[in-house]
Amino acid sequence: MKLLNVDDNIQVEIISCKGGRGISSKLRQLGFMPGDRITVIQRAPFNGPLLVEANGRTVALGRGVAGKIEVKACV
Amino acid sequence: MRVALIGQPNCGKSTLFNQVAGYKADTGNFPGTTVTFTESSVKVIGETIDLVDLPGTYSLTASNLAEKEVIRYLSSNHVDVILNLVDASHLVQGLDLTLELLELGKPLVVGMNMMDEAARMGITIDGPHLQQILGVPVLPLIASKGRGIKQLFTTVLDAGSNGKVVNRIPYKNQQVEGIILELSKNLQDLNLDWNREALAIRLLEDGSELLNDSESEHQELKEEVEIYIRQVTEQQGKTPGWVFSEERHFLAQELTKQVMTRGEERVTWQTRADDILLHPFWGYVILLGILWAFFQAVYLTGSAIEGPLISLFDGLIANLGKYTGVGSFLTDILTGILQGIAGGVAIVLPYLMPFLLGMGFLEDVGYLPRLAFLMDSLMQKMGLHGKAIVPFILGYGCNVPAVMATRTLEDRRDRFLAATLSVMVPCAARIAVIFGLVAFYLGSKIALLIYIFNIIVIALTGRILSWRILKKSPGLILEVPPYRMPTLRTMLNKTWFRAKEFVIEAWPILIAGSIFLELANRYNFAGFLNLLARPFTWVLGLPSAVGVPLIFGVLRKELSMIMLRQALNVTDISQALTPEQMITFTIFVVFYIPCLATLAALRKELNTRDMLIIAALTVVVAMATALVGRGLVILLTPLGILF
Repeated sequence: MKLLNVDDNIQVEIISCKGGRGISSKLRQLGFMPGDRITVIQRAPFNGPLLVEANGRTVALGRGVAGKIEVKACV
Repeated sequence: MRVALIGQPNCGKSTLFNQVAGYKADTGNFPGTTVTFTESSVKVIGETIDLVDLPGTYSLTASNLAEKEVIRYLSSNHVDVILNLVDASHLVQGLDLTLELLELGKPLVVGMNMMDEAARMGITIDGPHLQQILGVPVLPLIASKGRGIKQLFTTVLDAGSNGKVVNRIPYKNQQVEGIILELSKNLQDLNLDWNREALAIRLLEDGSELLNDSESEHQELKEEVEIYIRQVTEQQGKTPGWVFSEERHFLAQELTKQVMTRGEERVTWQTRADDILLHPFWGYVILLGILWAFFQAVYLTGSAIEGPLISLFDGLIANLGKYTGVGSFLTDILTGILQGIAGGVAIVLPYLMPFLLGMGFLEDVGYLPRLAFLMDSLMQKMGLHGKAIVPFILGYGCNVPAVMATRTLEDRRDRFLAATLSVMVPCAARIAVIFGLVAFYLGSKIALLIYIFNIIVIALTGRILSWRILKKSPGLILEVPPYRMPTLRTMLNKTWFRAKEFVIEAWPILIAGSIFLELANRYNFAGFLNLLARPFTWVLGLPSAVGVPLIFGVLRKELSMIMLRQALNVTDISQALTPEQMITFTIFVVFYIPCLATLAALRKELNTRDMLIIAALTVVVAMATALVGRGLVILLTPLGILF
């Protein structure tokens, strides 16, 4: 399942982050690593970005980027 | 002793730097405010040290230009101590960088900043325990309130004079550890001021790029590095960069578990605010409300001061002839000086100060990244992503830092586009024209319309340019920092820091320009300059006398406004220009050729060719929009909507 399609306020676990070298290393630096738990907390309208909480940090991710993050439900 | 201050974006480096070095670095609650190095000699506890404020970086991997500069600096200059600031409220990510810095093998001191914010989030950190595991000093700090700074620098001085080298914490993955050790042995004879294991890690992570900077004769070594990189990639199924950062991240999480306890989070306005401020509907309502209030505040304060001050100076100038002789050379010079002083104190500063103060508040409180979040989809339509809003917002203050901020964009195409569009943003200097002329004579509604018109033009230009350079922007990844209540002191410091630029650099030019204009009128050579600009002024339906102010506006945008009164030889501009002409003039001034300082910044960030292209483009846009503006005024005036 892609992060883009996850419901708001539900915690999910990252499986992988795809995308070019630029995007993946940027995500890695912000602490989006496989195994980390993240939550979508807000969505901007008109196809705007997602507001995601990861490790106590809030990050805005464009839809394109969010489509490249593969997640699964938390156990 | 040289101390490098390093930390992740928005962890308070510049705040600490300003606390010890006086206000020299521009700060803001926005990741990536610092894009250049600020080095300063500071005296702490009786010792003088060179303190270097580096741009914030999440890790040492170079993913954008700002980060490349950090690596280059740490690897080229001789740094005695690395002072690593960690945001205590984001310990895991902070430790990612700390662990990477440990790998450099240089004396390291960790300052655990924002302890107050962490406490508010219910976080407690066992500093002594962390210090023991890392093997380097860890000190608590609240940089914004100046707490813990003395203790921190005492430790830094100690670390610098001992020169005690620190050891990295080995990775859990034995295979990878083996490869690092093997490569580092092969690097022994290399003539570089680097710890070998650190270099091995860097080479595996960034490829042989680092070697390019030193000498080209390491061809053999480069090939060797490439072989190791392939070996790691095959063994682990991912590139060394990923493997290492996962290892470090794993270590950081382990460490965090050991030293951090999370209690009950105190629910404050900060935690609830985003529910409303980023709401899909109310978020935009509030956004418009904030911008409207900001605009009104600037207008009301400024116009209340402009009117009386201008009449005061006009009175002085009118009476000057009584003392120094009407039409004498001395009178002309004195008139020029008084006009220049009046321009600064009555037209520029009354709008500039409230603008900078409000801007500083929005920045420090942390609203700007939220603005990027809300505006991202609009920015996408202009061919950019929301992160490019940073140069735009900075552009309202001054176009120079705006152009410099385009450095944080990863893509060259994005940088060109963002730079082109951000020089069209009406900077604080152009506020003098928009408010001093349009708002003052025609009312704040028209001034607001000019701002809106400007945004539409920028959006359209972006749209058209990104058609030409087709390639989709990769998308927004931007940290949204917590809200922080700025202290009055930092806000005043910041406002003064930015206004100082006007007072020291621009004001003398304004005065010189006014004197020049008086002399030009006296000896009748203003006509020649006006003739040069006549093709433009004629098409726009403006009096030929505005040519000189327009030409001088390239030096400093305020000049266009301040010289205007003089050039038209009136105290009340509405006697010489019709409302239609005022609007046409203002629109042209807003868009045409960026000021000299901005041109220099464009040349530095892009190149001479791009600078010329952008300058030419702005003239075309300025002519086109001024004509459109003129047409709109002519069409709308009979309907009675405008005035």
